[in-house]
Amino acid sequence: MAAQGTSRSGLSSALPLLAPAYLWLTAAIFLPLSAMVFFSFMTDLPLSGKPWAFTLGNYAAFFSQSLYLTLLLASLRLGLEVTLWCVIIGYPAAYVLAKVLKGRSREAIFLLVILPFWSNGLVRIFSWAMVLREGGILDTALNAVLPFKINIDLMYSYPAVIIGLVHSYVPYMVLTCYLTLQAIDDSLIEAGRSLGASRLQVLKRVIIPLSMPGLVAGAALIFVPVVGSFMEPRILGGRTGTFYGTIIEDQFVAVFNWPLGAALSFILLAVVLVILAVASPVLKRAA
Amino acid sequence: MAGVQVSNVSRSFGAHKALDDVSIDFADGGFYALLGPSGSGKTTLLRQIAGFDFPDTGRIAIGGESVEHVPVEKRRIGMVFQNYALFPNMSIAHNIAFGLSVRGEAKATIATEVQRALDLVQLGKLGERRPHQLSGGQRQRVALARAIVTKPRVLLLDEPLGALDKALRVDMQIELKRIQREIGITTIFVTHDQEEALTMSDRIGILRDGRLVQEGPPEEIYDRPKSEFAATFLGDANIFRGDATGNGIRLPDGTAIAAGVGDRLAAGTKASCAVRPERIRIATDAGASSGNANTLKGQVSKRIFAGNNSTYFVERAGQTLKVIVQNTGIDRLAEGQDVMLSWSPESTVLIAAS
Repeated sequence: MAAQGTSRSGLSSALPLLAPAYLWLTAAIFLPLSAMVFFSFMTDLPLSGKPWAFTLGNYAAFFSQSLYLTLLLASLRLGLEVTLWCVIIGYPAAYVLAKVLKGRSREAIFLLVILPFWSNGLVRIFSWAMVLREGGILDTALNAVLPFKINIDLMYSYPAVIIGLVHSYVPYMVLTCYLTLQAIDDSLIEAGRSLGASRLQVLKRVIIPLSMPGLVAGAALIFVPVVGSFMEPRILGGRTGTFYGTIIEDQFVAVFNWPLGAALSFILLAVVLVILAVASPVLKRAA
Repeated sequence: MAGVQVSNVSRSFGAHKALDDVSIDFADGGFYALLGPSGSGKTTLLRQIAGFDFPDTGRIAIGGESVEHVPVEKRRIGMVFQNYALFPNMSIAHNIAFGLSVRGEAKATIATEVQRALDLVQLGKLGERRPHQLSGGQRQRVALARAIVTKPRVLLLDEPLGALDKALRVDMQIELKRIQREIGITTIFVTHDQEEALTMSDRIGILRDGRLVQEGPPEEIYDRPKSEFAATFLGDANIFRGDATGNGIRLPDGTAIAAGVGDRLAAGTKASCAVRPERIRIATDAGASSGNANTLKGQVSKRIFAGNNSTYFVERAGQTLKVIVQNTGIDRLAEGQDVMLSWSPESTVLIAAS
């Protein structure tokens, strides 16, 4: 009884603190999202004054045309690849930041890692376009250094999309892994080595398992938005950059078929949630 | 198992000399304490022996084999860390199995060895638990079991009992000593707790500012300290300073103190005498010196009653002397009382001024 009383008074005193966040979330996410759910069951937008009715056709469209499924699979593959590259690039950097560097040099490197966050996403992508196109910065620089002539034209290709996305999302992996790696006591590493384990064995048996929560968090933070991404694929991928995200974008921006776009979005949301639900117990066991 | 020889080891961190020409011989099967205040270099020395850090100059040998450039994982040592350093992602059994498993031992061998180690530290049934489910004392035992299950050549302990409360610490001291006797492993442990060093070890090395001040059995260091620092850091001591006379010292006020222990020093050189508080007899009447050669008059300024003994602080010529008396009767002295202190030359250690 007493405990219940305290918890109730605790909640009521916490309410003023919680309210702004929840009101904002309700207004900013729940309402538009509900509207989108509503749209996704409509034949047409009511805005133009045309007659409309409820339908499941938008969802049926996904299953009747193999293109959507193909693009969804391509986007999932893109998400996996980008996440993997972010692990390969981000994890060692996080390790060095957390365990090797100290003081000033750590701050400096940290700043470099989070710098992409401070620049506009569009600017970032267009700078990549400058670098990757034929006769661009990368091509010119390599040809200036190398004794033989090579042609680098990565623009409008799958690798260009990967490069752009990895650049945008690798800081998430560095930050989440940095946080878990930093929490690992150095004496655990020393204990492992005193027991005869090589540095690689300590990494495999102690450090990676203990930093798994950071890896999982980083992977989730990267995988979900990359699967739905459209800006990088469209600008850096050109004609090869057609993915599930760009198709959704088309429905909203070009074709003006909001109901279909909304339906496709919710199908993506469902697929991603299923993937995370299936993956989480597996990853939890590994951790 | 093997002895450890540290010869002329020096190690600097920038301008700071953490170890300055330290030589010490740890015999096979012995239990050694490295004692010193913080910053004395005792942990640095332990880390050199373990192989986490390498000496700038000097030699370290384990079992006669030079190891000063061998990395820690190849030295076959066992180490217990102050914060236990148990792997939180593994069960107790897997923690203990770690060293055997990285070595590639067969599963069956690992299982028997782990169980034997668990039994040795009396945690036979806790193998499936996780470290966070154990108490501090239990974690300490697991850390010990993990360190010795690989049959290392030498066991290194870095302030192993520092995180435990007093009662548990005493239990663990006895336990640690029992286990060490049982497996007969050369053991080196770092501590800043002089009582721990005295009760547990066969030999003690006292370090100060990166130098080895004195090394020997606890009784020898306690009875014959070679410096004021050794005298006051290991146990309590009253220090008298004056000029050497040949068989003692003369205090600035002319009082002679006879010393029966310590080096003979040339007359006239600066010297000190150290006297343990429990060796001094305290009495109210002048005739009670009971044949002791050294007598001093003083006045009790403070008495601290601690049950089985009392500590008296006695003022004498601007110096406060400490006297510890076993409370065998009820004839206690009052503060402000004039007293006569006396002690024998055999309880007086002559020390060259440092």
